Amino acid sequence: MKLIISSLSGQPIYRQIEDQIRSAILTGDLKAGEGLPSLRHLSQELRVSVLTVTRAYTELAQEGLVENIQGKGTFVADSGDQVMRRHLEDRVQSLLGEAVDTARRAGMEPDRIRGLLDGLLGDKGSAPASEEGKE
Amino acid sequence: MCASPPMTTSGEDVDYALRVSDLGKSYVKADGTGFRLHQVTMDLPMGYIMGLIGPNGAGKSTLIRLLLNMTRRDSGEISILGRDPLSQEEEVKADLGVVFDSIYFLEAWKVKAVEPVMAPMYPSWDSDRYHDYLRRFGLQENRRIGKLSRGMQMKLMLAVALSHDARLLILDEPTSGLDVLARDELMDILLDYIGDGRHSVLFSTHITADLERVADFVTYINRGSVFYTGPKDELMEAFHIVRGGPDDLSRAQMPHLMGLQRSATGFEALVPTEHLKDFLASASPAAVEPSDGRYLVEWADFDNIIRLTAGSPAATDRNKEVES
Repeated sequence: MKLIISSLSGQPIYRQIEDQIRSAILTGDLKAGEGLPSLRHLSQELRVSVLTVTRAYTELAQEGLVENIQGKGTFVADSGDQVMRRHLEDRVQSLLGEAVDTARRAGMEPDRIRGLLDGLLGDKGSAPASEEGKE
Repeated sequence: MCASPPMTTSGEDVDYALRVSDLGKSYVKADGTGFRLHQVTMDLPMGYIMGLIGPNGAGKSTLIRLLLNMTRRDSGEISILGRDPLSQEEEVKADLGVVFDSIYFLEAWKVKAVEPVMAPMYPSWDSDRYHDYLRRFGLQENRRIGKLSRGMQMKLMLAVALSHDARLLILDEPTSGLDVLARDELMDILLDYIGDGRHSVLFSTHITADLERVADFVTYINRGSVFYTGPKDELMEAFHIVRGGPDDLSRAQMPHLMGLQRSATGFEALVPTEHLKDFLASASPAAVEPSDGRYLVEWADFDNIIRLTAGSPAATDRNKEVES
């Protein structure tokens, strides 16, 4: 598993670990049932504190993406990728809802909105990046 | 803001490597002024690293000397791995590994003179392990201790501390005077040391960059009192630093900040994260978004927190309000 930690990004380290594991699960780099490195092992590898890794794992577990099995370690939940996908779909729906509201306030016609969306779908994926930056 | 028990995903019971409660010590310094360490309370669960931070003279070294029985406490309780260092001094000593900011061996000694002196002091001295560390650290037995660099002297103390099965390492400013490579190496050694969950580390430092990565817990001592003790990640999220121009700070914002430095070109304010919204809203005119261009808002790192809180009694009092 690849993890890259920045100490200058301003984003807490546990959040960076969390985000990268989450996207590894989503892209299938980490598969259901696969074990995550042990807390203390990952802490040594990344040279970050044990509690920082614990916090990242705990938050992933609360989202249902990973499961902690007593005495064995932390594993990608069986439905981890589905939970994740559902999360993202919910988020897309609410973002699109916001976009449509804004467009209506601007007096845009439905066809115009569809046209914009088609245009965005054409050149893929600039929108999610700017959304990430906002948080 | 007080210490909460650490999250344990493995469900292990929390044992403590170190518990300190209501510790107090007053004395008169060489220059005739008084110093008081006041109601220090902190807990270090077993298997973790705690950093001790604070400006020089805040009481870090006094606290460490109290833990090591090098000076007698006036009040309070200390428990090291469940034992009181006053009544069970010998047992506690065997469990402790200690590294000071300056070498405690005679400078005229050669490195090889250290083991015959230290080994008999510890029932569980492991000579093979000690020699492994000497090799790993590049310490030559025929060198005179006084001729070793600061980093090498620290490593020699560390080799001793790690060779008698100590369960708690206490390091007083181990990284001062070390270059970045030696500091990285020390951090690796410490993380490796606590890797089995049975060993713990307390180290004081004013090089906060080391701590920001490897420490699980932080205790910040300011003017003899504990300003914060608890998980490091919580302290790192507890404050923002807000910077703005000389005219961008209004009177109404003052209650929402904990520390302030002004200069001719602007100000820097330490704002508790839960007050950030109010701080921005009470600007005139109100700043709705942190990123509206008037202010630069960033997470406050330990250096910022210490710089903007140290020495200010008002800040300490305000913190007590926040805590209660």
